Amino acid sequence: MSLHGQVDRAIRCIGLTKAFSDISTGAEIVALRDLTLDIEAGAFVTILGPSGCGKTTLLNIIAGFEKPTDGDVTIGRQPIAGPGPDRGVVFQEYALFPWLTVAQNVGYGLVERGVRKQEVKDAVHGWLEQVGLEDFDTRYPHELSGGMRQRAALVRVLANESEILLMDEPFAALDALTRTALQRELALLWGRTDKTVIFVTHNVDEAILLGDRMIVMTGRPGSLKVDVGIDLPRPRDPTSESFNQYRRIAAVQLETEIAVQVH
Amino acid sequence: MKAAVARGSQYSTDVSPESRKFGGMPGLARHAHRLSSLRGLVLPLLILLVWQLVSTHLDSTFLPTPGLVWTSWVTWAFGKPSSMTWTSGTFFEYSWDSASRVFLGFAIGASLGVAIGIIVGWYRIAAVYLDPMLQAIRPVPAAAWLPFATLLLGIGDPAAVFVIALATFFPVFVNTAAGARQTPQLLVRAALMLGTRPHRLLYRVVIPSAMPSIVSGLRLGMGIAWVMVIVAEMLAVRGGLGYAIWGAYNFLRMDLIIAAIIAIGFYGWLSDHILVMVARRLMRWQRGLVKQ
Repeated sequence: MSLHGQVDRAIRCIGLTKAFSDISTGAEIVALRDLTLDIEAGAFVTILGPSGCGKTTLLNIIAGFEKPTDGDVTIGRQPIAGPGPDRGVVFQEYALFPWLTVAQNVGYGLVERGVRKQEVKDAVHGWLEQVGLEDFDTRYPHELSGGMRQRAALVRVLANESEILLMDEPFAALDALTRTALQRELALLWGRTDKTVIFVTHNVDEAILLGDRMIVMTGRPGSLKVDVGIDLPRPRDPTSESFNQYRRIAAVQLETEIAVQVH
Repeated sequence: MKAAVARGSQYSTDVSPESRKFGGMPGLARHAHRLSSLRGLVLPLLILLVWQLVSTHLDSTFLPTPGLVWTSWVTWAFGKPSSMTWTSGTFFEYSWDSASRVFLGFAIGASLGVAIGIIVGWYRIAAVYLDPMLQAIRPVPAAAWLPFATLLLGIGDPAAVFVIALATFFPVFVNTAAGARQTPQLLVRAALMLGTRPHRLLYRVVIPSAMPSIVSGLRLGMGIAWVMVIVAEMLAVRGGLGYAIWGAYNFLRMDLIIAAIIAIGFYGWLSDHILVMVARRLMRWQRGLVKQ
């Protein structure tokens, strides 16, 4: 399905370090230390870690919003020059443009690329239908529920044909029922594409439910703690025994990290 | 520079909560809403009554009755124009004089205010060069520039338009710059990752995001433009409502002073109302988001 299937679009992080100075104290904070990570094209990778472990920093670096202090990130051997439409970001706070309607938000990237009006309209309609928002096209974001906003934000990057989706705790602000529904929708949508997804979360179940791979990070400064391949058939059943085994692995890894943080 | 921005009340504050509640309702609710907005007329009518009683009782030269103000205004507006006096048949001509000066001065001051405000608010380097000078000029009341403008440009419209534009510029500039500076980083990032080129950010994110602040600035600017036109006409220009007020003062015509004051109040209200209507159009997305 991808136009770029023949090119190796793997994401490589080599020795990533990110330090910045605390705004109030001026003390140096090391958010990431020497993180090396390979993500093959088409994979769904979840990144799990205690809060403040640099998960979001890692995502921001891959998105091109921040520059690493040291180390490199390449996508298909090309270094990252800044944010770009090949990497769609789904933010926890939705980040829909409040002055645009749902349809205009979803079609935003296509308009920026100069796609013809009618084509934008058709594409937007198709995507809105996929997430059940076809009757809300003329609404403004603040007139939608949180779940609907995040659906709109998700199809906004899908409509833009981003090959890589970077998702920063996208469902953390939603209620449990909506979150479950969106997790299922995301798994289905992803299954129909060959997009690479990096999904940051602090929710163990979410990480196991969605990922081909679950990467557990250490506490600050963040680096890779353990990289677990999740070999479960989809759709996954969180009540199954095999699911529980992964849960146990994650819990043990996280617990030691949290214990380190406390002491 | 920390700018005082009147955020929140983007639209006229005189709209009661009832008017929103019943905004889309037909029949009885709408009727009740009309009645409730009539309550705003109670105080003006009361003042009119007191004015009538006091003026009749005192019979003073300096406090004409409402009736006299009315008949003087009718003459001023519809009387036969005379070469001897301006008090007959010049009202609409004078209104147009003032309104056109306000419009021209406001258009110039507001365009510059929005353009420079966006640039100073968004580009750090522009702020470094421009902001100190603009902030140093800002405390000088625009009226203080009137003698300067008159000597330089002569007695007449250009001097008036100059001070009106200057007076309009600053509230528009300050509010626009504050709005542009407060553009949420999250939305800038969202636009960039969706493929917006950096040079288009201004148009796609910064200006729409600053629009509520810009409108606040424009409303303040329109108010000050009416202040300045009156000042300029009193001192440095022939014709206009300020000229009329000053002329009426010289002939002790309190009736015409009051008529002119009421007229200026009406025009000021009208121009603000037009601005608000246009702003609502531009910011349809704010429906239900802020108190309107």
